[in-house]
Amino acid sequence: MTEPATTGTGGTAPHADTVLPDPVSGAAYDEASDVGTERGLLIETSEGAQELFPRSRTAPDELRREAGAVLRLPEGVVIDADDIDIEQTDDETMIINMGPQHPSTHGVLRLMMELDGETVLRTKPIIGYLHTGMEKTAEELTYVQGSTNVTRMDYLSPLHNELVLSLAVEALLGVEMPARSDWIRMLLVELNRVSSHLMWMATNGMDHASTSMMIYGFREREMILAFFEKTTGLRMNHNFIRPGGTAADLPDGWEDDVTVICDTVLPRLDEYDELLTGQPVFRQRSEGVGNISAEEALALSLTGPLLRSTGVAWDLRRAMPYLRYDEVDFDVIVGTFGDNFDRYSIRLNEIRESIRIIRQVIEKMPAGDYRVQDKKVTPPPRGRIDESMEALIHHFKVFTEGFKVPEGEVYVAIESPRGELGCYLVSDGGPKPYRMHIRGPSFVNLQGMPVMMRGGLLADGVVVCSSIDPVMGEVDR
Amino acid sequence: MTTTTDGDTASGVPASGGSTARRSRGDAQELLFPTREQYLDVVGALRDEGFETCADLCAVDYLTHPGRRLPEGVVPQRFEVVVNLLSLSQVRRTRIRVQVPAEDAVLATLFDLYPGTEAMEREAYDLVGVVFLGHPDMTRILLPEDWEGHPLRKDYGVGRVPVQFKGAPGPR
Repeated sequence: MTEPATTGTGGTAPHADTVLPDPVSGAAYDEASDVGTERGLLIETSEGAQELFPRSRTAPDELRREAGAVLRLPEGVVIDADDIDIEQTDDETMIINMGPQHPSTHGVLRLMMELDGETVLRTKPIIGYLHTGMEKTAEELTYVQGSTNVTRMDYLSPLHNELVLSLAVEALLGVEMPARSDWIRMLLVELNRVSSHLMWMATNGMDHASTSMMIYGFREREMILAFFEKTTGLRMNHNFIRPGGTAADLPDGWEDDVTVICDTVLPRLDEYDELLTGQPVFRQRSEGVGNISAEEALALSLTGPLLRSTGVAWDLRRAMPYLRYDEVDFDVIVGTFGDNFDRYSIRLNEIRESIRIIRQVIEKMPAGDYRVQDKKVTPPPRGRIDESMEALIHHFKVFTEGFKVPEGEVYVAIESPRGELGCYLVSDGGPKPYRMHIRGPSFVNLQGMPVMMRGGLLADGVVVCSSIDPVMGEVDR
Repeated sequence: MTTTTDGDTASGVPASGGSTARRSRGDAQELLFPTREQYLDVVGALRDEGFETCADLCAVDYLTHPGRRLPEGVVPQRFEVVVNLLSLSQVRRTRIRVQVPAEDAVLATLFDLYPGTEAMEREAYDLVGVVFLGHPDMTRILLPEDWEGHPLRKDYGVGRVPVQFKGAPGPR
């Protein structure tokens, strides 16, 4: 724990004579009278522990939320603490921790659950164990260095993170991107989607006690990572998609490599079908488990496969196309019941759709430049540096000072394997972002956990958590 | 309340910019600048208008960048809460920017309208220190409970690791 330089304006001590709303009972605040008064700030000192508490110490609306109630109550209905579950008292239930070191929570996620026997009554995800202040770090890095930082957020789909930052910077710069760079980016992010979903298939299989699936998923993913290593130099955290294009062109013979990947992965998906999809034990553990309705998913801002599993055909690639997604054919996969099995099927079939996109990209890849030829953004090519002093200075300037981005703010969102990955970027006209906020889909999607766990069994906790597909690097940032 | 569109100078994005993000169909983002008093009503009206989901909510500390471009009639304050609403039916985004003064960094919660803002508001509180009134669980979310200060404020120093060079500043 380090000392902050200043603590800002918060942290006013409560006066003895001020009546504070009880942080435990959470008596409703009169919002209208609080806005603009000192009382509002005093509430800050009531900041409490983040854990799940026994029922006797939990406010009614918080209790409802943890028990998985999302939608608004009809007008005029008052929440009564006794209504929630009249038979349950603290003596009969038990609060347990799953994580942060549990092997099946996909990272350092801590789930606190209230149990009655094996039935889960309330769930609360507690996060922050992997928080490294990446949004603060981003303010200290130039736009050139920025992608090194964001690529480490969602470590299973690093290229999507790089892409969303690059798109945001390019939107502020107002540069027109060359066609080839768009298509290279599409190829890479779709391959990344396949590798991320394969990784999910592997861990999800593991959570359903199918060890073979885990080995298979990792095996196929490794092929894609090998291609990434050949292209970008690194298996993960590539820093390859940068503001202004990509770091390099695709390697010679990339078409053959990618075709081999497509031709290998596609038939192996049929093997997964045989291994899991038709498997009675797998189906019984996933069908009807972790249900969520479309209204609840929308109210909770869930996106990606979680939202699509409820039957809402929302995919940013289709609805608000970026790059050249409007020039390729693909289907948006939707489910019906919003259960674990739907989410499994969606991800499995999204791999097929991504491979379909990748095959079209191979066909349509145009010739041209892989980065924008804008002297302000693009460093000169390596060959010119040996010949020209100006090119050397220019190169040096781009990598030390960085380039300046016009003042403004922008929100850009793309469809990552987990949902809407957004970047809110504020520039004050300097070479570093004034504020960079990443809307991590896993961070928001984790809010669905209490709803999906409603009335479930403890053993379902593992598979429900898996079907959300959280990546803790992105949740905590 | 002041309304602009993304192409206006207020947002700093050139209207004719042919960049990748701007080119996207249906991606034009409307900007709204309600006051704190209008905030809940404006968001509520938008929700009834068909903005089914709140895509994002974050806070920005404008301490070291006070001269930002804002439309006429909007008084700049230290903090700004930025809400991105998304309409799936109309394929539309709207961004709401509310000014929040430093001496009274409180704002009404959107929890009743969009339960999905629960974690986002906790994050904004944790990292920037804007308090959301009426939020059911206004605690820190990413940092430990006993953490002091709000790191994404501009007057909060960046941590340093001491290095063995002469003249290098020690740990802050």
